Amino acid sequence: MKKMITMMMVAVLAISMLAGCGSAKTTGSVATDGSTSMEKVIGALGEAFQNDTGISFTYNPTGSGSGIKAVQEGRCDIGLSSRDLKDEEKSAGLTGTVLAYDGIAIIVNPENPVADLSVETIAKIYTGDITNWSEVGGNDVEIVLIGREAGSGTRDGFESITNTEDACKYRQELTSTGDVITTVSQNPGAIGYASVASVKDTVKALTVDGVAPTEATIKDGSYVVQRPFVLVTKSDAELSEAAQKFFDYITSSDANEIIGAAGVVSAN
Amino acid sequence: MKKNQLMEKVIHGIFLVLGLITVGCVLLITIYLVISGIPAIREIGLIDFLFGKEWASTAAEPKYGILSFILTSVYGTAGAILIGVPVGFMTAVYLSKLASPKVKSVMQSAVSLLAGIPSVVYGLVGMLVLVPGIRKIFNVPDGASLLAAIVVLAIMILPSIIKMSITALDAVPKEYEDASLALGATPIETYFKVSVPAAKSGIAAAVVLGVGRAIGEAMAVMMVAGNVPNMPDSLFQSVRFLTTAVSSEMAYSSGLQRQALFSIALVLFLFIMLINATLNFFLKRETE
Repeated sequence: MKKMITMMMVAVLAISMLAGCGSAKTTGSVATDGSTSMEKVIGALGEAFQNDTGISFTYNPTGSGSGIKAVQEGRCDIGLSSRDLKDEEKSAGLTGTVLAYDGIAIIVNPENPVADLSVETIAKIYTGDITNWSEVGGNDVEIVLIGREAGSGTRDGFESITNTEDACKYRQELTSTGDVITTVSQNPGAIGYASVASVKDTVKALTVDGVAPTEATIKDGSYVVQRPFVLVTKSDAELSEAAQKFFDYITSSDANEIIGAAGVVSAN
Repeated sequence: MKKNQLMEKVIHGIFLVLGLITVGCVLLITIYLVISGIPAIREIGLIDFLFGKEWASTAAEPKYGILSFILTSVYGTAGAILIGVPVGFMTAVYLSKLASPKVKSVMQSAVSLLAGIPSVVYGLVGMLVLVPGIRKIFNVPDGASLLAAIVVLAIMILPSIIKMSITALDAVPKEYEDASLALGATPIETYFKVSVPAAKSGIAAAVVLGVGRAIGEAMAVMMVAGNVPNMPDSLFQSVRFLTTAVSSEMAYSSGLQRQALFSIALVLFLFIMLINATLNFFLKRETE
């Protein structure tokens, strides 16, 4: 009998501990959630902030849509989106603040002799008007269009910049930047797009209208294939003290260096 | 004495609760899927949803037709079964009846290992070896296709087919085979005309299990099939399965698009339920 009472008490204790976990209010912490493209920049900012202030910082890489939803439902302090907020999201009580600009690199296989395309040509390629590399000065190889899945911030950015919304004739729709780079590096006829910061040596980044995707060209706007990194907050609710501190820190000029080191261009 | 009885009852109760947790999970998932899957179907219309040929979820005028996903899943699974079942079945007959104990133990551990490989690894190998391979062998612009998905799925369902078929074949009473051999049949005749028919419902269950595994696989397929919502009218077409339709767009989805993804999940769930019912039917027949 005594054993049983002990067992039951342990069970009660365990349950109360679980319940405690759920309701515990964490003070002095900042939770961010959203765009996987922003991982590098927000990770670097969070680390620096944590070192300076001792306030703990978390980042949940779920994707722009999920991050926006998380702010809306109050599951995080600041949402991260690699596209501008849609009107329906703004009317749902959300505010977007641009943190930085990210260039989208147009990548091809290193074997491909083509080095430069204009935005118009890129659009024609992606809408299927141009289907062979020989039409743009390359080898006689069929062009294989690699893109991202519907709803991805990179795809949204690319399609809105090139004016090819809903018109792209993709051969493959992949779900991560890494998959796009791998696929393009495997196929001599492939063309794809990916965040400039994540482009590796296995693929070749094209110049667009003669401008290479570098920090300077993205900053002065001469490289045109670029998109905003947006901080999403609730319009009607104030941030917690810690979150406000973080927000002020990353939008101040002190953070420029860190943002730059992460391969994107600060907006402030 | 009384103390013992009480203890028995308590333990009985604990086990009951643990069992109910499982049942509760199934119920919760079912109810959740139905509740979140119905609204989009209502809004789009059942016929337009199931038989619409176009899927453009983020377009200015969104279209939510999933016929291409359904057909792709059916074709992909059928193709995987067409390749996987003969290979798996023959392997099972060999391992159960013909192989020497040493070979059997080595091959069976290889099969178990195959079952334990995570699906993302299948996908990665498919992406780096199979997709470029198909591009070169068939001289097509890109290898990510229905064919690549079928090959990956065929390999992935092998372990379940082999293991279940072996269990069924091992359970055939030795007397049946002895009688056949005594009547002058050769060993191979005996295995195919006596052992296999005796184990047929178990083997059928193995096939159904393979179908279930193939239709539910998402990760590996997503990495090799190309994921473009085309109708699967060629083996070299870039296609999207029911599973990948849900997983590839879920992360960034919102509004009706998200609801429609739940509806796709509901359709997939109904497919799996159907397959499970078939599986139960075969398994029940075997025990009778």
